[in-house]
Amino acid sequence: MSIWEYANPKRFMQTSGAVLPWVAGLAAIALGTGLIWGFFFTPDADRFGSTVKIIYLHVPAATMATSAWMMMLVASLIWLVRRHHVSALAAKAAAPVGLTFTIIGLVTGAIWGQPMWGTWWAWDPRLTAFLILTLFYLGYIALWRAIEDPDTAADLTSVLCIVGSVFAFLSRYAVLFWNQGLHQGASLSLDKKENVSDVYWQPLVICIAGFVLLFVALVLIRTRTEIRGRRLAVLLARERVA
Amino acid sequence: MIALLIRDLRLAVRAGGGFGMGLSFYLLIAVLVPLGVGPDPAVLARIAPGILWVGALLSCLLSLDRLFALDFEDGSLDLLATAPIPLEGVVLVKAVAHWIVTGVPLVLAAPLLGVLLNLGAQGYVWLVVSLALGTPALSMIGAFGAALTVGVRRGGLLLGLLVLPMYLPTLIFGAEVVKRAAAGLAVATPLALLSGITAAALALLPFAAAAALRINLR
Repeated sequence: MSIWEYANPKRFMQTSGAVLPWVAGLAAIALGTGLIWGFFFTPDADRFGSTVKIIYLHVPAATMATSAWMMMLVASLIWLVRRHHVSALAAKAAAPVGLTFTIIGLVTGAIWGQPMWGTWWAWDPRLTAFLILTLFYLGYIALWRAIEDPDTAADLTSVLCIVGSVFAFLSRYAVLFWNQGLHQGASLSLDKKENVSDVYWQPLVICIAGFVLLFVALVLIRTRTEIRGRRLAVLLARERVA
Repeated sequence: MIALLIRDLRLAVRAGGGFGMGLSFYLLIAVLVPLGVGPDPAVLARIAPGILWVGALLSCLLSLDRLFALDFEDGSLDLLATAPIPLEGVVLVKAVAHWIVTGVPLVLAAPLLGVLLNLGAQGYVWLVVSLALGTPALSMIGAFGAALTVGVRRGGLLLGLLVLPMYLPTLIFGAEVVKRAAAGLAVATPLALLSGITAAALALLPFAAAAALRINLR
């Protein structure tokens, strides 16, 4: 089993069709347990009250927003180097999902920030970097939409994704230089013994797993739709010729 | 390459509009902002560095969609792609030509607009220096965006959406230089970072832009 086998759309459709119900089911179970556990069976935090519970949506969405872009970058590289068609379609399919996660991160952050920081929005480096990431997602999606020929579109968006990654990264550090932040430091890192109190930690991990699975499921569904769209276009073209 | 540069400059000057448009737009921004926020000199002095840089950014964007589009339509871009000089070189030359036509006038006009916006006295030198160092990056990044969208009909809006987010680091460091200079602080750090971005853009983006052009010419 290697990813090159799945450059064949038929193989991809077979395997993804078999895997998809499992992934989707696991995503539903993980999100269901994580969110219900997190929302109803964890205590309110000392200083934050019940607002702490937005962490179960905010942190996983934000993590996946950047991860989705990384996945698009890798998929674009695979397409550019080896002309792996399914890879290009997967990158295309991931973009709106990543954009949605970015927006969820921003909106939940605003809802949390209003009672806690006393403002919906602050020009904090992390918030600003996320807003910039939203713009990059929008540009990427708009470029896919604007170009008719699918291979040209895949090539150009891949180039944009690579260059855009560099600039998104640069912007991330440029805004750090530009303003000091309100946002707390990283709440999850593997090298610390206890990041957040264990009570919140366990459901949070389940929620993150749920978001990862959700992302995989959505990307699979959207990639399958793209492949079906291509097949349909070919059928229509044949009909026109005949 | 020099012949190409001269050709592009000549085209820009003789076709008209190239010089004037960006510059008038820059002037307009410098006029509109005080009308919008009110004539209070203290407020204007505070926002002047940012306005001058944002204005430069937008004026630069204005003429980008014509960077490759005309040559793409009449076929000269195909000839340039098959010419003995590498396409990367062509892209670089075109970006330089764009900079000479739009960037340099902006740099020269900026101090005058600084007066309109009541920029702090120490800011002028560094305003010119930062714009002179930063606008080449704007032209180069814009050339990359123009190369991506050259095949798109009415690509102007899309070009803006693609290019403006990439202008952010340049804007942040450029405006920071002017802001610090106007406040009498040291400017070395943001200036070094700004020059670094310009140098990296000029060194690396021609390859990305040429790749995009090749895809579009396929």
